[in-house]
Amino acid sequence: MDFWPTLYVFVLASFIGLGVIRRVSRLLHTPLMSLTNAISAIAVVGAILVTGGDYPLRIRILGAIALFASMTNIVSGFLITDRMLKMFKTDDKRGRS
Amino acid sequence: MPAVGQLGYLVASALFIFALHWMNTPATARKGVYAGVAATTLAIAVTWASASVIHHLWIVGAIAAGFVVGVPLSRVPLTAVPQRTALSHAFGGAAAGLVGTAEYYLRLTEAPHELTAFSMIALITEIILGFLTFTGSLMAAGKLQEIRWVPQRPVTYPLQNVMNLALLAVAVTLGAALTRHPTASWAPMLFPVIIVIALLFGVLLIIPIGGADMPTVIAILNSYAGLSAVAMGFALDNKLLITAGALDGSSGLILAVIMCNAMNRSFTNVLFGAFGQVKPAVAASEERVYKSETIEGAAQVLEQANYVVIVPGYGMAVAQAQHKVRELYDQLKKRGITVKFAIHPVAGRMPGHMNVLLAEADIPYTDLVEMDEINPDMPQVDVALVVGANDVVNPAARTDKSSPIYGMPIIDADKARSVFAIKRSKNPGFAGIDNALYFSDRTWMLFGDAKNVLGELVKQLAGGSGMH
Repeated sequence: MDFWPTLYVFVLASFIGLGVIRRVSRLLHTPLMSLTNAISAIAVVGAILVTGGDYPLRIRILGAIALFASMTNIVSGFLITDRMLKMFKTDDKRGRS
Repeated sequence: MPAVGQLGYLVASALFIFALHWMNTPATARKGVYAGVAATTLAIAVTWASASVIHHLWIVGAIAAGFVVGVPLSRVPLTAVPQRTALSHAFGGAAAGLVGTAEYYLRLTEAPHELTAFSMIALITEIILGFLTFTGSLMAAGKLQEIRWVPQRPVTYPLQNVMNLALLAVAVTLGAALTRHPTASWAPMLFPVIIVIALLFGVLLIIPIGGADMPTVIAILNSYAGLSAVAMGFALDNKLLITAGALDGSSGLILAVIMCNAMNRSFTNVLFGAFGQVKPAVAASEERVYKSETIEGAAQVLEQANYVVIVPGYGMAVAQAQHKVRELYDQLKKRGITVKFAIHPVAGRMPGHMNVLLAEADIPYTDLVEMDEINPDMPQVDVALVVGANDVVNPAARTDKSSPIYGMPIIDADKARSVFAIKRSKNPGFAGIDNALYFSDRTWMLFGDAKNVLGELVKQLAGGSGMH
């Protein structure tokens, strides 16, 4: 396997990540963390392939646990991020008073 | 994989970058969540449609279980968000570790020629990072949740760092041996040994770390969880995994650097420094006296102020006092007083913790001000009200070279014309350090539970306004 292209992708994606994250508002560092949590649960892709493939049972059990763990992160990560972001309001948009 | 699938992965990668880009301001941040959801859904659909995937019921079952656990985990009280975050790092680490393990044994029996040196390095990195993140994050979550059998105070013993590093060296050496002979007869037995070492290393890495360092540690674990996904991407030759993992890895890294800078400490110092060790020297300092103030007196001073700055800390979260803080904010605003919140980067137990709690209490985010922006204002501030913050307002960080927090940037609460500090008891804060601010001429203490003290203040201000 030629691994050089994958290394390029990794290095370039890291630079994009550093550039983009540096600009994230400090107000939002907690939601940022739960969002990146959900995003890195993209490991779900590997888990689906292992769980769903025509493989021995013990392999698929490992895959299913990994799929469950990733899916938990996806669901709770995106939901809680949105829940927190909904709370950030400017003065004129406050619900009460 | 067919071209349609590859295109799907490419679109998902781009959407992830947009998702993070939109987090740069609260106005567009929710769009970022939708982009992230779209990207993940797309990636799952494309993968599920792969020809090799045939056990659909298994996938449905595991996804359903993920929803059953994930939905309640997203509804925890916001004071518990640090624990939830640590727990989700543990889940992410476990997922990477398990997939790596499954891949190794699968290839060992079905396609040994695929166990090249490169893919072995990727797999071993994946399982070491994944499993150490798993136990490390569980320990962090346990400390944050204050579970009884997880020690809160840093646990240290002689040669701790040497032993930890030696353990890691053993894991790497075994990994190297496995990389050279991935299909040897002893290889399938060696693999679990590496897993056990990684699990143990995760625990040992976190036990010497105290609560005040949790923001940094959570950020570092965030980074590890991302990097383990990257390693999985290398092992599976999947560029979407590499991209998403790299975004997560760099996010954790940046947050960790911000946290370290905010404490004037280095990475190595946080990970290997064991903060709690300084306590005995401090306990020897002489007795000094606090001045305390009554609720009535404090309310009067607040009423006459033009500019009030509230400095929240972890104590506010512990006392669940953010809603009372909001009521006080409303009372003061009603009188035309300028009220701002001074947010130190490491206040609380994770990056941005205070902002989320105050936003939850319906305080407009435009009044939440970063340390560097509020400090030039402090000499003009009439009252600085410290609610459950301690080390982040300790002027010893500027003046006392012998203090363990010397050099840490702080919120200059001591420069305000007067200071009220709400404090539950007369004990020192989490880092075990006496706070010079409390003994300043301008400081008056309000002893009691933050929620009660603030409630009384609000009552006083509300009652008083009718009588004038």
